[in-house]
Amino acid sequence: MNNIEIKLKDLVKDLFAGEKIDVLIGYENGSLPLRSRPCFVHSAGEVDRLVWNSYCTNNLAVYLPRIFQRQEHKKEETPPPRVGIIAKGCDARSVVGLLKENQVIKENIIVIGMPCSGMIDPAKVEAALDGAGPYSCQGEVDGSLEVTTSSGEKKRLKREEVTAEACLECSHPLAEGADLQIEGEPKEACDERYEKIREFEAKSTEERWQSFVKEISKCIRCYACRQACPNCYCKICFVDQTKPRWIGASDELSNVMIYHIGRIFHQAGRCVECDACVHACPMDIDLRLFTQKLVKDVKELFDYVPGLSVEELPPLWTFKQDDSQSFITEP
Amino acid sequence: MNKTVDNWEPKIVAFLCNWCSYAGADLAGVSRLQYPPNLRVIRVPCSGRINPLYIVKALQQGVDGVLVSGCHPGDCHYISGNLVARRKFALLKNFLAYLGIEPERVQFSWVSASEGSRFAALIEKVVDEVKELGPAKKLVKKGL
Ligand code: SF4
Ligand code: SF4
Ligand code: FES
Repeated sequence: MNNIEIKLKDLVKDLFAGEKIDVLIGYENGSLPLRSRPCFVHSAGEVDRLVWNSYCTNNLAVYLPRIFQRQEHKKEETPPPRVGIIAKGCDARSVVGLLKENQVIKENIIVIGMPCSGMIDPAKVEAALDGAGPYSCQGEVDGSLEVTTSSGEKKRLKREEVTAEACLECSHPLAEGADLQIEGEPKEACDERYEKIREFEAKSTEERWQSFVKEISKCIRCYACRQACPNCYCKICFVDQTKPRWIGASDELSNVMIYHIGRIFHQAGRCVECDACVHACPMDIDLRLFTQKLVKDVKELFDYVPGLSVEELPPLWTFKQDDSQSFITEP
Repeated sequence: MNKTVDNWEPKIVAFLCNWCSYAGADLAGVSRLQYPPNLRVIRVPCSGRINPLYIVKALQQGVDGVLVSGCHPGDCHYISGNLVARRKFALLKNFLAYLGIEPERVQFSWVSASEGSRFAALIEKVVDEVKELGPAKKLVKKGL
């Protein structure tokens, strides 16, 4: 058990002992190597299930809107719980976004900021092992990840080479503004960003279209990307609406494309680049190539970075008189 | 839908704000200004009423171009509908272009009720540009 994990467990036990929270959202060991899974802890006795390691990839804020949603007539009978949540930089920014959108009750949430040193992407590990089959993982030793393949071969993989893309490019690894902080060394913030987006922008229209077609053709419309995203809490998603029916339910390509255009566009000014959608996708679709374009444009056009302040108005709720309108067609 | 090359004429859906651009189109008509007959006009109460999905959906239904036009900034009858919309439009225009849809297929403009000739010139320009591109194929639903 690492140091941070001990501190975390002590803190959560105190929160339960002091009756500060009814439930804690955290991570426990997963059943596959390199995976931790979200878990809900309801009492001090269960706290030992919690883990903190380099596999805590999921964005836990995704559970908050559902925890706090109440039907109007049931508000009195079932008061909202007091929730503690373990937060990496990205989870904490999602919580801020949700507070802004009135999906989280401020008095009922305690955010526990973790010193995040970047999560490991199992897909990268698998790629590095080059199809060597199932493996087990022995953890990290001096900046490398030690794994044993099914044939018994031990391998060391450099930490940066298997760190998730979102973490390599993370601009806010520390959950600033969290209610409680677990002390530790977070990774350094990255400010060299959007290189891939710029490369993509520089391609020809046709090339870009072909890449979009190629990526989206893989999609099986399982909606895992939507389910994993903390911002996708609409009770009825536009793809499921029947009045009007925006798109057909088939896997016909234009339908799938409009699902993605709609979903990603709805993230404008809200996406915190956590890549929960990317990690959830069973078809390895490079959703980041598309989600990040809007993040970049929102920053460039409206100078807005999501999830940093509860007070600041979201960019699409407001405007400036002198917003750029170079895109307007002049006859 | 007739998409053979020789007699092809683009179909363009125009979302026009009731208070300005729609009246501008009317004025163009009343003043007997000539402009290409490729528009299918949809009147909306304000450019702020336009859900970006309308635009994407129109493309899926096989239109060759989409034009959105509202009141000039500062002239919106609901004060700031067009200013809030302007932000959405800027992002949408960039995003669709980024995905590889020709930027000329989706255009935005401002036309006031007194700008009949601006309206006619705008349509002229948009139709020309879309003609240049040829029939829309991207994002169009199969089997249309
Ligand atoms: S769209 Fe993807 S990267 Fe953005 S907040 Fe949602 S899950 Fe995270
Ligand atoms: S998770 Fe992947 S396969 Fe599933 S709907 Fe999203 S993009 Fe498509
Ligand atoms: S009323 Fe014309 S754009 Fe708002």
